[in-house]
Amino acid sequence: MPLPIAPLLGFLSDNLTKRRSVMPMSSRKTTRWAAGLDIPAGGETVLYTGLMYQIIPALTSSEKTMSLVQDSWVGQLLSFGRTVNRFVNLTSFMPPADRQEQKRYDQYLRNIVQLLRKAGVTEFGYLYGSELYTGALVRDLGVDDAFEQHARKVHKMLDRQGVRRVITVDPHTTDMLRNVYPKLVPGYNLEVKSYLEVLRESEARPKNRLESEAVIHDSCLYARYLDTVEQPRRLLEKAGVTARDPEFSGKMTFCCGGPVESLFPDKAGEIAGRRIKQLAEAGNDVVTMCPICLHNLEKAASGNGVSVRDISELLLQAYGG
Amino acid sequence: MARVNTDFIDEVRRSDGFDATACMHCGQCTAICPMGLDLLPRRLFFYVGAGLEDKVIENLETIFSCLLCRLCEENCPRDVHIAEDVRFLRNYINRKVHKLARI
Ligand code: SF4
Ligand code: SF4
Repeated sequence: MPLPIAPLLGFLSDNLTKRRSVMPMSSRKTTRWAAGLDIPAGGETVLYTGLMYQIIPALTSSEKTMSLVQDSWVGQLLSFGRTVNRFVNLTSFMPPADRQEQKRYDQYLRNIVQLLRKAGVTEFGYLYGSELYTGALVRDLGVDDAFEQHARKVHKMLDRQGVRRVITVDPHTTDMLRNVYPKLVPGYNLEVKSYLEVLRESEARPKNRLESEAVIHDSCLYARYLDTVEQPRRLLEKAGVTARDPEFSGKMTFCCGGPVESLFPDKAGEIAGRRIKQLAEAGNDVVTMCPICLHNLEKAASGNGVSVRDISELLLQAYGG
Repeated sequence: MARVNTDFIDEVRRSDGFDATACMHCGQCTAICPMGLDLLPRRLFFYVGAGLEDKVIENLETIFSCLLCRLCEENCPRDVHIAEDVRFLRNYINRKVHKLARI
């Protein structure tokens, strides 16, 4: 049976145009990571999560639904599902995300806020429930109309909030806001930096030297779309972590498989498996800097004796103190 | 029998979303691509250049399999914007085959 690509694309882009995200979630869930951190609401400089770290744990549960799509009658039902989805939020019937997983991903965002503050970067706000997903997946899949419409919405929101500078936490949001939006949205003029760049430029001083080793998995986006290769390495080295490079690294990094997860989960798993092998040859402690890489590589690593961690966790051990 | 579609050629030429004219078909991109598909991306560009719309649409799954990872671009001697070209073809298919947006 051919893959039901069209209905699935329709499903995702309808979600984006009608519910402002490919994976609609309540703002209670997308903002609860910030509880107790006292981040001011709004401001000229904001930390922009783009909802990526919040969406990933929800995906874990919907993947079961999605992989059914690949090779069964569910795929045929999806064309019907798309029509229904326009009126009822189908995503809300998907199995709920694992609480523990959600907590863990929320913690990475908390780590990032603490890292910035420790580095003396304290003047930033957060848009809480007003923040929007950038639409990256829908653009990648070539649904340009829905994406462009959404990008204008995001820009309007940022404009209304008076935002001039954003600090991003993941490469996909960074690429959208820095490279893609300016070409599409008239009058767009935002300064966009990832927290890794901000930390690198800051006076961040490690409180603890870790004296350890870590294998770096560069994200394709950071390495080849955003020229962010040196920053994470310098931050780790300063903290006493010897960065080990796997066979494919830096500008020549190898994908985690994540980008084809929504249409071809089996292929995504296969690529992730190959990447884990390459990483494991360089060492057992792997660090990632993108929630999609983290999610995919973790899945592929289970049972391999390799641990995969978000770089914010390691950096906080050193710079937090 | 593959058919040359001149409308397809025109649309591709007119658009600023697709440009593989510099491609010299060396095949380095296909050799390094993690997907390991014979068609991706060099042969695909050949079909587009020759105006073989049928062949492009027939290989829709391959077009949607690209990771947009740009490992191929890093190695392309002609600096072809391969990932953006693949994305253009997805958009073309979404409009012409999937009827997802304006034609
Ligand atoms: S590497 Fe570049 S020039 Fe060579 S076949 Fe691929 S796109 Fe064409
Ligand atoms: S961008 Fe696409 S064609 Fe190029 S190496 Fe990656 S998966 Fe292969």
